[in-house]
Amino acid sequence: MAEHKTKYDRQLRIWGEQGQAALEKASICLLNCGPTGSETLKNLVLGGIGSITIVDGSKVEEGDLGNNFMVDESCIGQSKAKCVCSFLQELNDAVKAKFIEENPEELIKTNPSFFSQFTLVVATQLVEESMVKLDIICREANVMLIFARSYGLTGFVRISVKEHTVIESKPDHFLDDLRLNNPWPELTRFTETIDINVPDPVVHKHTPYVIILIKMADEWAKSHGGCLPATRDEKREFKEMIKSRMIAIDEDNYKEAIDASFKVFAPRGISSSLLHVINDPSAEVTSNSSDFWIMVAALKEFINNEGGGEAPLEGSIPDMTSSTELYVNLQKIYQAKAESDMLIVEQRVRDILKKIGRDTNSISKTKIKSFCKNARKLAVCRYRLLEDEFNSPVQPELQKYLTDDDYSIAVGFYVLLRAVDRFVTNFNSFPGQFEGVMDEDISRLKATAVGLLNDLGCNSSTLTEDLINEMCRYGAAELHAVSAFVGGIASQEIIKLITRQFIPMSGTFIFNGIDHKSQLLML
Amino acid sequence: MAKQISCSRSRDLDKLLLRSGNLVGPTFDPGTDLRNDLQEYAKVLVVGAGGLGCELLKDLAFSGFKNLEVIDMDRIDVSNLNRQFLFRFHDVGKPKAEVAAERVMERVNGVNIVPHFCRIEDKELDFYNDFSIIALGLDSVEARSYINSVVCSFLEYDADDNPREETIKPMVDGGTEGFKGHARVIMPGITPCFECTIWLFPPQVKFPLCTLAETPRTAAHCIEYAHLIKWDEVHDGKTFDPDDPEHMQWIYSEAVKRAELFGIPGVTYTLTQGVVKNIIPAIASTNAIISAACALETLKIASGCSKTLSNYLTYNGVDGLHTKVTEFEKDKDCLVCGPGILIELDTTISLKKFIDQLEDHPKLLLSRVSVSYRGKNLYMQAPAVLEEMTRSNLDKPLHELMDKCPKDIVHVTGAAGKSGSKQSCLRKLRVVFKVNDGVIDMDVANGA
Ligand SMILES: [Zn+2]
Repeated sequence: MAEHKTKYDRQLRIWGEQGQAALEKASICLLNCGPTGSETLKNLVLGGIGSITIVDGSKVEEGDLGNNFMVDESCIGQSKAKCVCSFLQELNDAVKAKFIEENPEELIKTNPSFFSQFTLVVATQLVEESMVKLDIICREANVMLIFARSYGLTGFVRISVKEHTVIESKPDHFLDDLRLNNPWPELTRFTETIDINVPDPVVHKHTPYVIILIKMADEWAKSHGGCLPATRDEKREFKEMIKSRMIAIDEDNYKEAIDASFKVFAPRGISSSLLHVINDPSAEVTSNSSDFWIMVAALKEFINNEGGGEAPLEGSIPDMTSSTELYVNLQKIYQAKAESDMLIVEQRVRDILKKIGRDTNSISKTKIKSFCKNARKLAVCRYRLLEDEFNSPVQPELQKYLTDDDYSIAVGFYVLLRAVDRFVTNFNSFPGQFEGVMDEDISRLKATAVGLLNDLGCNSSTLTEDLINEMCRYGAAELHAVSAFVGGIASQEIIKLITRQFIPMSGTFIFNGIDHKSQLLML
Repeated sequence: MAKQISCSRSRDLDKLLLRSGNLVGPTFDPGTDLRNDLQEYAKVLVVGAGGLGCELLKDLAFSGFKNLEVIDMDRIDVSNLNRQFLFRFHDVGKPKAEVAAERVMERVNGVNIVPHFCRIEDKELDFYNDFSIIALGLDSVEARSYINSVVCSFLEYDADDNPREETIKPMVDGGTEGFKGHARVIMPGITPCFECTIWLFPPQVKFPLCTLAETPRTAAHCIEYAHLIKWDEVHDGKTFDPDDPEHMQWIYSEAVKRAELFGIPGVTYTLTQGVVKNIIPAIASTNAIISAACALETLKIASGCSKTLSNYLTYNGVDGLHTKVTEFEKDKDCLVCGPGILIELDTTISLKKFIDQLEDHPKLLLSRVSVSYRGKNLYMQAPAVLEEMTRSNLDKPLHELMDKCPKDIVHVTGAAGKSGSKQSCLRKLRVVFKVNDGVIDMDVANGA
C-alpha cells in the first residue's frame, strides 16, 4: 500500500486517490497493437490501469522491429498480440493483461457483443468501414470508444462517446468565488465589524483585500446610486480610491486589492456555459436520468430560488496578505456559506430522487458536496456518431477550414486520411505502399480525394498537389515517433474519460507532423 | 508487378528517408546514403534519463539513429516507475543513465548508447561539441540554462556578425508538468536560445519569511515554517535532507503542530513532501507526447525529411486539447547566443586583473572564474591539480597568453548572480586589445 502510494505519487498529485481508483477499476480493449496501440497502452499500464485486452491477428515481422518497442528479435513469427501483451505485463504486474489473437475487423463483423464487457475500447489503425461499424456497436453498448491512427507524418485521435459529464474539470485558471460584488449577510456583517481606517499600521497592512474590496464597493455604491464601477474611467477611479487609503507604500494587502479589483467589476450570476448546462434538455429528469443530471436539476432549482441567480458558493479563498486570525475567520465564513448552500442542494436532490421514484439516498453526500464545490465548472461533452460526421459533416465548419490558411494542412490531411481508406477498398493497397507505382497512385489518390470532396459538397481545388504527393510518400508507414505522439494523446484522453476529471478533447485531432500546426476539427 | 518497399526493420522509416517529397527541408537528399549517414555519422546526446529521457532514447533509437549517448546524475527512485518505462522495481537505486541505455540496447538491435552517470557540469566542453544534435529532457531551468550556454559557446560569428553555419549545434528541448508541456527547437544564432526567452520560465515565488514566522495562513506556510525556520532552530548545524524519511516526518509533525496552533487546515504528509521538495506532478502520457515531438524534430533536423518546428510548441490537455506553435524571436542583445560581450583591454593587463574585472562587470558579475582560450586552460579554479598547474599564468599578461592575437573569443566559466542564488554558467567574451599608438600606457607608467 505504501509502495503503491510512492510509486504513483506523481500522478496522485494530479487525479487523487479517486481518479486512481477509477483507473484501477477500468478494463480497456485495444484493437491492433502496432506502435500506435502499444504506446497508448504502455502509458496506461504504467499508470496502473485495471486490465487490458489486446486484439490483433498478425504475426511479428522484421519490419515491426523497426517501430515497436514491445517486440524484439525473439518474437518474429509469433502472435503480435501475445508478444506485446507479455512486454506490457512486465511494466506493471498489478495490471491484468490478456490477449486475443484475432483480426479486429473480423471480430467487429462476427462478434459485436464482445465489446460490451469493457469500460473503453481503443481502436487503432482501423479503416473507415470498420470504424463506423465499431462506433455503432460501442454506442449501443454504452462503451466509451476512442480512435487513434498514425499515418506517415499525420494521424488523428477521435473520441466517440454519447455523453461525458465532468464534475471535477479542474481548470487551470478560474475566477475565485468571492462574491465581492454580491456579499451575503454573514459576510457583510463580518466586514462591518472591521475598521479599515484603523491607525495601527501593523493592523492596517494585515487587513485582507477581500474586506477592503467589499468595503470599497459598498462605499462606491452608496455614492453612485447603488451601482458598481462599470466604465473604464469609473474602474480607474475605483482603483485610485483604494490607493488613496494606503498609509504606507509597502502595504501588500492594498496592492493585492488593486490587482483584484476586477473581481468587483465581474458580472454577478452564473456564466453562460453553466447556463447552457442547466438549460440542457437532460436537466428535465426522469427515473432514467444519471446522477449528474439529477444534481443539475437540483442546482437549477437552487440558482432560481435560494441562490438568487448564483450557484452554490465554492467555499475556498485564495491566499492573501492578512493576519492569521482574520484570514482563518474569513475562511470559516466562506466555508459555512458553502456548507449551507450544499445542504439546500442536497435536500433538493433528495426531493427530486423521491419524485422520480428513486432511492432518496442513492446519491451520496460526498458526491453532492463535490458537485456543489465544482458547480461553476461543470462540463458536458457530446460526440457525433462517426457515421453522421462522415456522411454529413458540419458544413459551415468544413467550409471555414477549407478556406482558412491555418487549417489548410490539417483539413487536407483529414480528407486524405479518409481518401486512403476509399483507395484501399478500390485498389487493395494504400497509396504508395508499394514501390514502382507511385505516379499512378498519386493520380488515383487525387481522383479519390476529389470524389470524396464532391460527395461532401465541397470544392476540391483546396487540396494541394504537394499534400497528395506527401500522402503517397507516406505509404501507410507507421513511424515510431508519430505513433508515440498520437498514442500519447490517445492515452491522455483515455485517462480523462476514465477518471472523469479534466475535460476531454472535442472534435477530431489531426496531427500535423510537418510543422506541428495540428488542429481540432469540429465536424 | 508491385513489390514491397522493403521488409527490413526500416520498412516504415524508409518511406520518409528514401522517397522525395515537396514539403521537406532545403537540404533533403533522399536515398539509402541518407539512411546510412544517419546511422553512421549522426551522434545525438540525450541530456536527462528521466521521464522525457527514457522516451527520447527509445524514440531516437527508432528514428534511424544508431549512435546515442545519455547523461544523468540521478539514481532510480520508486516514484519514477509510474512513467519511466525503462525501469523496474529491482532497478531502484541504480544509475538511471546506465539502466536506460542498457534496456534500449537490449530491445533495439544495432543501436549503441553510451551512458554517463555524472553531473552535466562534470564534462569538458569538448564532450558536448562532439554531438550533431543535443536533445534535452530536463526538469530544471538551471540545467537547461547551463547546457544552453555550453552549446552557444560553440557558436562563432563571422566578420559581419552572421553566425558561421558549421558552428551551429542544434538543440531540441522538452519539458512537462502534469497535462502540459512544451517542445522547442533551438538553432543557436538563428532561433532564440533558452536565455533569449528565459521569461518563459518565471522564477518560483517564495513565501516571505515574515509571513512564515508571523502570519501563517495556509498549510504550505506551516510546512515551510518547519522546513526553513524551525529545523535550523532545533537541529544545531545539521543539514536537512529531503530524501531522509525521518527528516521529512519531523517537518510534517512540526507543521501539524503549527497548523493546530493557528487553526489552519490541510497539512498532510503528501503536501509536506510536495512543498518541501517542490514536486512537479508528472505522468507517462505527457512525457510521451513531448518526447515524441522532440525526437521527430531531431530526425527532421538531421535528415531534412520534413520541415522543422519553428520554433516553440506548447501542448495543454487540461481543458480539451490545445496545441500551439509560436515563432519566438531571437534577442539581438542576448549575452549567451549573441556574438559575445565585447571587452576592451590593454595589452599589459594580467590574467589576474582580467579575472577581477569580470567580477565587477555589470553584465557578468562572475565569481570563481576559470578562463580558457581556444580549448587551452589559462586558469582553472578546480580541480586542485589543474589550479596548481595554471596558477603561474595569473601574473602573465593575457595578451601574451593569447599569443598576442589582437582580438579573439575567450571562454570563461564561473558562478553568476547574487549571493544565495548563484548558478554555474559559461560566457563567451570578445576580447579586443587596444592599440597603443605610442601613447604612454598610464597603468605601466604609474604601476612600476
Ligand atoms: Zn540567446
